[in-house]
Amino acid sequence: MRLDRANIATLSCVLGGAAVLAAMNLLIPAVSPLHVPDFVIAIAGKYLCYAILALAIDLVWGYAGILTLGHAAFFALGGYAMGMYLMREIGARGVYANPTLPDFMVFIGWTHLPWYWYGFSHFWFALAMVMVVPGTLAFVFGWFAFRSRVSGVYLSIITQALTYALMLAFFRNDMGFGGNNGMTDFKDVLGFPLNRESTETGLMLVTATVLSLSFLLARAMIHSRFGKVLIAVRDAEPRTRFLGYRPESYKLVVWTVSAIIAAIGGALYVPQVGIINPSEFAPGNSIEAVIWVAVGGRGTLYGAILGAMLVNLGKTWLTSALPEIWLFAIGGLFIVVTLFLPRGITGLFTTRQPPKGSKQASAATEASMREAAR
Amino acid sequence: MLWRGVCVCRRRLWFSMLIAALSAAVPTAPAHAGGDPFAQIAATNFDIVAQGVQALATSGNPRAAAVIDALRDGKLYAWKWPRPDAPLYIRSATGFVDARSGAPVEAPAAINLRRVIVNDSVRAAIATAEGALGLFAKDPAARRTAAEALYQSADPGALSLIERALTNEKNAGVAQVLREAAATALLKSDTGSGSTRIAAVDELATRSDLSARNLLASLHSEPPPVAAAIAGAIHDIDRRLKLWSLVENLYYGVSLGAVLLLAASGLAITFGVMGVINMAHGEMIMTGAYTTFVVQQLVAATMPGLNEFGLLIAVPAAFVVAGGLGIVIERCLIRFLYGRPLETLLATWGLSLVLQQAVRSIFGATNQDVTSPAWMSGSLDVGGLVLTVNRLWIILFALLVLGGLMATLRWGGLGRSIRAVMQNRRMAAVMGIRTPWIDALTFGLGSGIAGMAGVALSQIDNVSPNLGQNYIVDSFIVVVVGGVGNLWGTLFGAVLLGIVDKFVEPFEGAVLAKIIVLVFLILFIQRRPQGLFPLKGRAAEA
Repeated sequence: MRLDRANIATLSCVLGGAAVLAAMNLLIPAVSPLHVPDFVIAIAGKYLCYAILALAIDLVWGYAGILTLGHAAFFALGGYAMGMYLMREIGARGVYANPTLPDFMVFIGWTHLPWYWYGFSHFWFALAMVMVVPGTLAFVFGWFAFRSRVSGVYLSIITQALTYALMLAFFRNDMGFGGNNGMTDFKDVLGFPLNRESTETGLMLVTATVLSLSFLLARAMIHSRFGKVLIAVRDAEPRTRFLGYRPESYKLVVWTVSAIIAAIGGALYVPQVGIINPSEFAPGNSIEAVIWVAVGGRGTLYGAILGAMLVNLGKTWLTSALPEIWLFAIGGLFIVVTLFLPRGITGLFTTRQPPKGSKQASAATEASMREAAR
Repeated sequence: MLWRGVCVCRRRLWFSMLIAALSAAVPTAPAHAGGDPFAQIAATNFDIVAQGVQALATSGNPRAAAVIDALRDGKLYAWKWPRPDAPLYIRSATGFVDARSGAPVEAPAAINLRRVIVNDSVRAAIATAEGALGLFAKDPAARRTAAEALYQSADPGALSLIERALTNEKNAGVAQVLREAAATALLKSDTGSGSTRIAAVDELATRSDLSARNLLASLHSEPPPVAAAIAGAIHDIDRRLKLWSLVENLYYGVSLGAVLLLAASGLAITFGVMGVINMAHGEMIMTGAYTTFVVQQLVAATMPGLNEFGLLIAVPAAFVVAGGLGIVIERCLIRFLYGRPLETLLATWGLSLVLQQAVRSIFGATNQDVTSPAWMSGSLDVGGLVLTVNRLWIILFALLVLGGLMATLRWGGLGRSIRAVMQNRRMAAVMGIRTPWIDALTFGLGSGIAGMAGVALSQIDNVSPNLGQNYIVDSFIVVVVGGVGNLWGTLFGAVLLGIVDKFVEPFEGAVLAKIIVLVFLILFIQRRPQGLFPLKGRAAEA
């Protein structure tokens, strides 16, 4: 893996920024004007999780040309797996003080823990499920979708249908995931109380690390031979197929990896916001995440991180200052970015390849394909 | 001559026998009340009061209705201490009237008065009595309602009364209900021979609704022949109920299909014909619904006489407003994005957010009240079905819209141009068609139809800024299932999805039905990405 400028700049921004925030929160006394209050740490942790989701979307949209409108489904599934662990961790400290059953199950009159909750009292098991469940779903979904060559807008619409169906399913009480209230009232993770500020800061630092690792993984993937073929699939799928590659396999791998990255983001998100409920599956969330990537600039990876940070900063500020304006702003952002900034903010500062479809672009694609074929 | 005399004699004889039977059936009053129903009602024992109510209702006394109403409303007063003449007073707005004569009386001292209170058995007697009073009303509809009430109450004590009403009844429909009421009353009582009870069971079997079935199922310890008749009747009723519920589900499915068809027709143009992924399609429907609201307000403010027809005025208005908005959107946004479907999707999603917030800022986030004209409310009874009139109108309207759309595309000048541009854009341009303008008009047409759908949906759904979001996913499903660019396919897809949804719903609940439909869509697109009815030939490649 090359440690090029983009890698170093992104990693130093993410890790350095997180470390500075953490230090200014923990080391500087609260009276000092330089002290970073706890809520900033919480918000930063949340944004980092969003950035992981955006990174996952950019991996499939920017490099495989799959516009996913349902990636928040994997994010939320990872969140639910983590939420199940956190629920079991509460133990007998719940309102009903039932040592095995979470409160909401006692409330709807259940007497036994359903079989799919077994094992979630172990952190390692929950961690495995965070990756296995969304990964399996993505693999099965992708297997069917890519093999029957569903692509473009149709694929986007069925990803949206997927997350919509999951949302409706998780709203049902008898699914055993808390119905529309979801899961909340978490007490601690791995023995660290969630309401202590050092835990919050620690989680934020873990999230920053995971984001950096995901970024490095994604970079490694797209700079490998695999990534070259992937870009070829994005730009000229039939031609790649005629050269003897199986585009569906490449897409399936990157799709599954991306889903797992998104799920890990969700798993880190839940302990930091303290709640997971079915509204995380809402199709609007997935589409909003797509616009983060579009704003930052698709197909760059660091653009996705930047976009997620910027748009969410704007959202936090606008929804508190001018709540009326927020939907106008985000809606306008969709329109402006697609019409005037097809390469996002990072596109303003880089003079990369000219837009796809021109002579040079196809020449570049040819070249990368030849390279990959060797 | 002689024969006629005999006949009259016979009829008289029959009548007097009936009267005798009636008086025997009326519960005998306790001795102290002297058979005066008013005195019975003035008693303090609830059972006696109930008997009095019953006796009064069957007595034919012209004051009966007023007294029973007053008793029900808590306006009937009796003397607090026992008195041989047992006076009863009705409190009116101005003072007291005598219950027996209806003449105003001087207000008695409050200390001497006791309000006649009721308990459950008296309340039941009042309900029966009100039914009984209605049985002899002039209006057949009122008699029918009364007969229905008696049927529902299944009170054995009302049997004699029902039979008396039955002899006077000329209206066949009311008589039928009365026979059914008599049958329930008979079956609930312990009287009647085996054969009359079997006849009553048969009578109820022809009615074949859930209440008849429940009544029959509640009968136990009948003699074997009657029990066999009951079992057979229940079996018959169950079979017929099943059939009706099948028809009912079909109707609901078609009705939902009509709603989906309305919502999807516009999308069949913008997405099906033009290939534009318009995520703001639902907001076009919402625009139509809000136009309906504004038109109704305007009509109510300026021409109150036309209130009933505000909805009809709203249809073209919604078409113009939503269509105009569509043309503006095409010129300002969509035309820059042709050939970039993913970008179109994102931009129109953003547009939908902006339109929703705009409506929320103008009209507020709460639901707006769109009224239904009288000619769209009410319901029709067809056999065992209750068809709501507004649903029927919506089915009709959906078919009209689809028919109009097909006719426009087939024969209209604009339709010809649209088809020409769709099939071969460059050739159409060579032939002198201004293709960019046709694009705008096509998009406007699709949006306008979505607006008209909004007028219809305002009748069955909440008019709120989120109205459109509920339909966008379904609309895409319908268009995709039916096959892109194919209006017959859209019709088929809408009705199919509507019926599938309504048939899955009773077994699995509405939410799971939705999930199943979505999973079905996911599998369907993978099996047949071109829809059920893919276009063949040149148009397919265009």
